[in-house]
Amino acid sequence: MIVPSLLLQHAPALLLAVPMLGAFATPLLGRLGSGIRNAWAVLAMLCTLLIAVVLATEVLATGTIVYAFGAAAPHLSVPLDSGGIPIRIIFTVDAMSAFMALFASIVGFAVLLYSLKSQSRNSGQDGYYALLLLLTVGILGMVCTGDLFNFFVFLEINSLAGAALVAYRVDKGVAVEAGLKYAVLSTLGGLLVLFAIALLYGQYDALNIAMIASRMQFTLLDKVALVMLVVALAMKAGAVPMHFWTPDAYSMAPSAVTAFLVVASQASLYGIFRVVFSLYGLALDCLTVGWVLIILGVLSMFVGVTMAIPQKDVKRLMAYHAVSQTGYMLLGVGVGVAVLGNQDLLTAYGRIAMEGGIFHIINHAMYKGLLFLTAGAIFYRTGTRNLNKLGGLGHSMKWTMVFFMIGALAIAGIPPFNGFASKLMIYESVFLFNPLLSIIAMVVSILTLASFVKVFHSIFMGPKLPEYADVREVPAPMLIGMGILALFVILFGIFPQQVVDLLITPAAAALIDQGGYIASILGGA
Amino acid sequence: MVLYNLPFIAAGLLMAFGIAAMLLRRNLIKMIMGLSLVEAGVNLLLVSLGYRAGGIAPIFTNAPRDLMVMPTVQAMTLTNIVIGIATTALLLSFVMVIYRRYGSAEADVVRRLRG
Amino acid sequence: MSMSKIVRAAACVLLPFILVFGFYIVMHGHLTPGGGFQGGAVIATGFVLLMAAFSYDSITARLSKSSLTGGETLGLLLFIVTAAVALGLGGTFFGNWLANSGAIFGTPVAFGANPGNLNTAGVIPIMNLAVGIEVLGGLSVILLYMLSGVHEEVA
Repeated sequence: MIVPSLLLQHAPALLLAVPMLGAFATPLLGRLGSGIRNAWAVLAMLCTLLIAVVLATEVLATGTIVYAFGAAAPHLSVPLDSGGIPIRIIFTVDAMSAFMALFASIVGFAVLLYSLKSQSRNSGQDGYYALLLLLTVGILGMVCTGDLFNFFVFLEINSLAGAALVAYRVDKGVAVEAGLKYAVLSTLGGLLVLFAIALLYGQYDALNIAMIASRMQFTLLDKVALVMLVVALAMKAGAVPMHFWTPDAYSMAPSAVTAFLVVASQASLYGIFRVVFSLYGLALDCLTVGWVLIILGVLSMFVGVTMAIPQKDVKRLMAYHAVSQTGYMLLGVGVGVAVLGNQDLLTAYGRIAMEGGIFHIINHAMYKGLLFLTAGAIFYRTGTRNLNKLGGLGHSMKWTMVFFMIGALAIAGIPPFNGFASKLMIYESVFLFNPLLSIIAMVVSILTLASFVKVFHSIFMGPKLPEYADVREVPAPMLIGMGILALFVILFGIFPQQVVDLLITPAAAALIDQGGYIASILGGA
Repeated sequence: MVLYNLPFIAAGLLMAFGIAAMLLRRNLIKMIMGLSLVEAGVNLLLVSLGYRAGGIAPIFTNAPRDLMVMPTVQAMTLTNIVIGIATTALLLSFVMVIYRRYGSAEADVVRRLRG
Repeated sequence: MSMSKIVRAAACVLLPFILVFGFYIVMHGHLTPGGGFQGGAVIATGFVLLMAAFSYDSITARLSKSSLTGGETLGLLLFIVTAAVALGLGGTFFGNWLANSGAIFGTPVAFGANPGNLNTAGVIPIMNLAVGIEVLGGLSVILLYMLSGVHEEVA
C-alpha cells in the first residue's frame, strides 16, 4: 500500500487535526440532517483510525517520530539559532504513544458505530458526536505530546469533554451529579498537574519533557512535583484510594461513553508512566516509587473487586471491576519501575512485568469496553440495570449473551481470551519479584470470575420473564460495534505472542529507554 | 527577601483557602468558588515565576534590548484562564440542572449516588 | 423583565463603543496585549449588557442561539483551516505561511523600538480573528443558555 508522502510526513498533526475538524464541523452539518451528521462523524473517526494505523506502522518501522508544530520542517525540533533549546510545541511519538493512539482510535471507532443506534432516541446528538470526537482529541493529544503544558491542555480537554458526556443523559439529575463530581475532581487534578508543571518550569526553564529530563536534578521541589503529578493522574486513572468518582461516572454515563471513558482513564495511566519513566527516569529512587505504584495497584485490585461483588447495578459492578483491573497495570509496570536501576533483574523479569502491564492496558480497553457495551445493549432493550430485575434474556438476546460471555471470560483471565495472556505474563514475572503479590493477583482474578458468573446467571439464565417478552436483539450497528471489540479480544487471546512482539515489546522498550527519548528531541545521545 | 517571595506565599495561601473551601463548604456554588480560588493561586504562581526585577512587558516592538519578564508563563496563565472559564461555566450549568431537579444545591442533599 | 428606560438607553449608547473596543483588541492582538480571546470576551460583555438591560425574549428575537453557535463553529473552522493550509504549502501544521510574504499581514517586522505595524505577523492576526469570532459566539451562547435557565430538559 502506497501512503501519500504528505500524510506520512504530517501524520502526528493530522491525527489531532482530523478529529478536531470533525468535532467542530459536526454542529454545522447537524443542521443538514442527522444522516449526514452521523456519516460525517463516522468518516472523521475512520480517517483518524487510518492515520493512527499509518503512524503506528511508521513508528514501529523507523523509530520515534518528532513533529515540531509551525517549524519549517517537522523534524526541526531544535532550530539552529535557538542555542540547543527545543522551542515550539513538539509531539514526540514513540512506540508507547503509537500503541496508545492505535488502540484508543480502535475503541473510539467501535464506540462511535455503537452510538449511531444507541443514542438515536436521545436529543442533542450534535453535541454528543462533537464531544465524543473532542474526547478522542484529548486522549490522542495526551498520548502523543512531548510537551508538559500541552499535556495539561489535552488533559483538560479530556476532562471537560468526559464530564459533559457523563452528564449527557440528565436522568432526573443523577447523571449530572455524577458529571459534577467527575468534573470537580478532574479540574482539581488538572490544577495539581499545572502546579507541578510550574514547579518544574521554575527550575529548568523548559516545558519539553525531553529537555527537563536531560536537566533533571531530583531536588526537593522535583519530588513535590512528582508526588502531585502521580496523585493527580492516579486519581484520573481511578486507582484506589482516589477511585470514588469511577463507579458514579461510569454507571451514569451512556454505555458507549463509559467504554470510551475507560480509554480516557488509561490515557492518564499513560501519563503516570510517561512521567515516571521519561521525565524522571533513573534520577528516581526507583525502589520507593516502584513500591508506591505496586501498593496502589494491589489496593486497587483488592478493594475494587471486593466492592464489586455486592453491587446490584450491573454498570456499577463493572465500574468497580475496572478499578480492580487498573490495579493489574499498576502492579506490572510498578514492578518494572522497582527494578529499573538493576539491569540483571530488569532482563530477568522487569521487562516481562512491564510488558504484561502494558499488554493489559490494551486488553482491558477491549474487554471492558465490550462489557460496558453489552450492558448498554441490555439497558437499551430492557430499560433497567438492576440485576435483581433482569433475567432470562439469553432466550432473546443471543448475540449480546455471546459477547458478554467473551468479555466476562476475558476479564476473569480464562484462556483462550486476551485477559489470560496478559495476566499470565504479570503472574509469572511478579512471582519472581515477590510471590505474595502474585498470589493476591490470582485471588483477585478468581473473585472476578465468581462475580461475573453471578452476573451472567442473573441476566441471561433462567426462564423467560413476562415483562421482557417482547425484548429483541439490538440493532446491527450496536452489534457491529461490539463485534469489533470481541474480535480483538479473541485475536489477542489466540495470538498473544505475535501481538506482544509486534506492539508491546517496542512500547515497553521505548518507556525504559529514557536516553533514546531525550536524544530524539535534542539529538545526539 | 520576604518581599520577593510574597507572591509565592500568596499563591500558596490562595490555594490553601480554595482547598479548604472545597472541603468545608456544603454549598455546591461555594465549592466551585473554592475551585476558582485554587485556580487563581496556580495562575499567580505561574505569573510570579516569570517575573524579573525591573523587567518590562515582553512586547517585541517596544524595547527589545531591555530586560523583559518571561512571556511563556503569561501565555500559560492565559491558557489556564480560558480553560478555567470553560470549566466554571460547565460546573455552574451542572449546578443549575441539579438545583432544578433536586430543589437544592447543598452537598448533603445532592447524594443520590451511593454504594 | 427589562430594566428602566435610562438603563436601556445607556446600554444602546455604550454598545457600539464596546464593540469597537473589542474589535480593536482582536485586531491588535499581535502588537499589544490582548488578542482573540480577550477581544471576544469584551464583545461578549456588550451582549451581557444588552441581556441585563432588555428582556430575554427581546434579545433572542434579534439574536438567535443558532446564529451564535454557527459563528462559533465558523471561527473554529477558520482557525483549523488556516493552520492546515500550511501543509499544502510545504510547511508544518500551524506554520506561518503568510509572514514576510509581502501579501496581507506579510510585511517584515522592523527591529528596534517602533509603534508597530498592523500589517505584520502573518497568520497570527487571522487566527486572532478566528478565535475572536469563536469566543464571542461561545461566551454569548453560554450566557444565553444560563439566562434561559436549565436548557437540557430532555432526559
